[in-house]
Amino acid sequence: MAERIADAAVTTRGGRVRTVLFALLIPFAIVLVWEGVKFLGGDPWRIQNVLGLGVSFEHRPPLRIGMASDLSLPHVWEVLGSFFEPVQRRSDVSLGQFLVGAALYTWREAALGFLVGALLGLTLASIFIHSRLLERAFVPYVIASQTVPIVALAPMIVFAFGQGVLSVVIIATYLTFFPVTIAGIRGLTSPDPRALELMRSYAASRWAVFWKLRLPASLPYLFTALKISATASIVGAIIGEGPGGIPEGLGRAIINFNQQYISGPEKLWATILVSAVLGILFFSVVRAVELFVLRGRALAAG
Amino acid sequence: MTDGGGSAGETRAVGDPVVSIRGVHKVFQVADGRTRALESIDVDIQRGEFVSLIGPSGCGKSTLLRLIGDLTAPTAGIVTVNGKPARKARLDRDYGMVFQAPVLFDWRTVEGNVRLPLDIMGVRGRERDRRAREMLELVELHDFARHYPRQLSGGMQQRVAIARALAFEPKILLMDEPFGALDEMTRERMNSELLRIWERTKTTIVFVTHSIPEAVFLSSRVIVMSARPGRITNVIDVDLGRPRNEETREQERYFQLVTAVRESLRGRVDGETPVASPDRTMAEGTIG
Repeated sequence: MAERIADAAVTTRGGRVRTVLFALLIPFAIVLVWEGVKFLGGDPWRIQNVLGLGVSFEHRPPLRIGMASDLSLPHVWEVLGSFFEPVQRRSDVSLGQFLVGAALYTWREAALGFLVGALLGLTLASIFIHSRLLERAFVPYVIASQTVPIVALAPMIVFAFGQGVLSVVIIATYLTFFPVTIAGIRGLTSPDPRALELMRSYAASRWAVFWKLRLPASLPYLFTALKISATASIVGAIIGEGPGGIPEGLGRAIINFNQQYISGPEKLWATILVSAVLGILFFSVVRAVELFVLRGRALAAG
Repeated sequence: MTDGGGSAGETRAVGDPVVSIRGVHKVFQVADGRTRALESIDVDIQRGEFVSLIGPSGCGKSTLLRLIGDLTAPTAGIVTVNGKPARKARLDRDYGMVFQAPVLFDWRTVEGNVRLPLDIMGVRGRERDRRAREMLELVELHDFARHYPRQLSGGMQQRVAIARALAFEPKILLMDEPFGALDEMTRERMNSELLRIWERTKTTIVFVTHSIPEAVFLSSRVIVMSARPGRITNVIDVDLGRPRNEETREQERYFQLVTAVRESLRGRVDGETPVASPDRTMAEGTIG
């Protein structure tokens, strides 16, 4: 048996290398398509003094595609280069530094909202699985809460709780708790009926059944929801920063660079890139915790 | 360890019964009316006995086991365990339960699974670890303590379930077709294993099975049941010597008892369905 386990490990390791290679291939492919479209239908561009040889290279695309213009779709190198340029004219801070700071700020709000939302979601699920009455009475409202667009709700939350981090965290919480509630109800009721009978034969208290059986059994479901919630919490924080009046985060940066789009589209693109990377990083953190917590289980292998 | 000649009759004569079932009826409400799962059941089980419940599917043998364990309540009648109502006995943690599926918690290691009842019952620290280790040695799985259930074969998983059921030293072990999902070879090995454990722990065992050879090999008494309504049709004392081993399976008396149980099962089935051939009833008796 030890051999079979070792074999499985080798297979997984080989699979992992392939996964990483494939994962690196995707951004490369995106850049290729991006620049390919611009090469065919973008604005003309030239490189002065190629490799210091004193020659300049100019490219005139054969077609005209509106979407591929420099305003709609800046060159990849311009977006990447913008990270090293000052965030505003005569500023000491580069765009990259500014965006990393803004991302960290937004992440702190999102993480707070994520934690509060996860706890709220799990608490609601725990209450609902123990009381059919409360479940029937309240779950429709939990669902209804998610059909109200957050852009409509955000100003109301800010009006109620005042401008500031608190309102932003509440908005992030609002987007986070729902998947956890629904997955929690499913997960906490997932144990095999015989496992519940086993606990009954031990005369285990509800409390013991919850901690020793229901909660551990629900973890694969909860982590699926938490991964959704991780990215949702960042969206919530970014949206909330506008009405919430938070100048330090990505939300305000997106609003500002949107207004300055004509003069520097690459800045907005850079901000979107950073937001996406932030989402992926937060997701990956939750995934890493999942792998650690679910180690040993069959489900964790995937 | 055992006197070898200790017959079932001797053990049954002494003391109050561990399990006493009086006039028990159980009716299930189903979509198209009511099913009489059990009717007029009277059984006494003595301390240290190994009693098997055998019968075709739907004869209520599992229901009877679950009544003893207070996992379901009788419609009428009284179930007394250790002189207490079944519910009180369950709350006092008088019995350990083993199902057909091992029902191990896949997030706990083998050792963690055996520790589960101890964790719930507030046994802590060294005492808990010592007992878990002892149980794993009893089922000869101490080398797999740190493995996870999914890394074990079906037979090994079921041995973990047995260790878990015995970890808190219950007075009674209730087993619901524990080896039903195992292949014949593994099942026979597990039978010998279970007898060894029974003889060492002196636990009273109530064992539900579909298999006639298994029931005869293991038990001091075999209770034969019939279906619709679930009734006890015969009780057969198994007067084979102990310890029992592979040679037991080749004794003349063993074959006689297997035939006796089979005929008890057939008697009922023939009475209800006259067209059934002997081969068919035999198959029903074995596989159900």
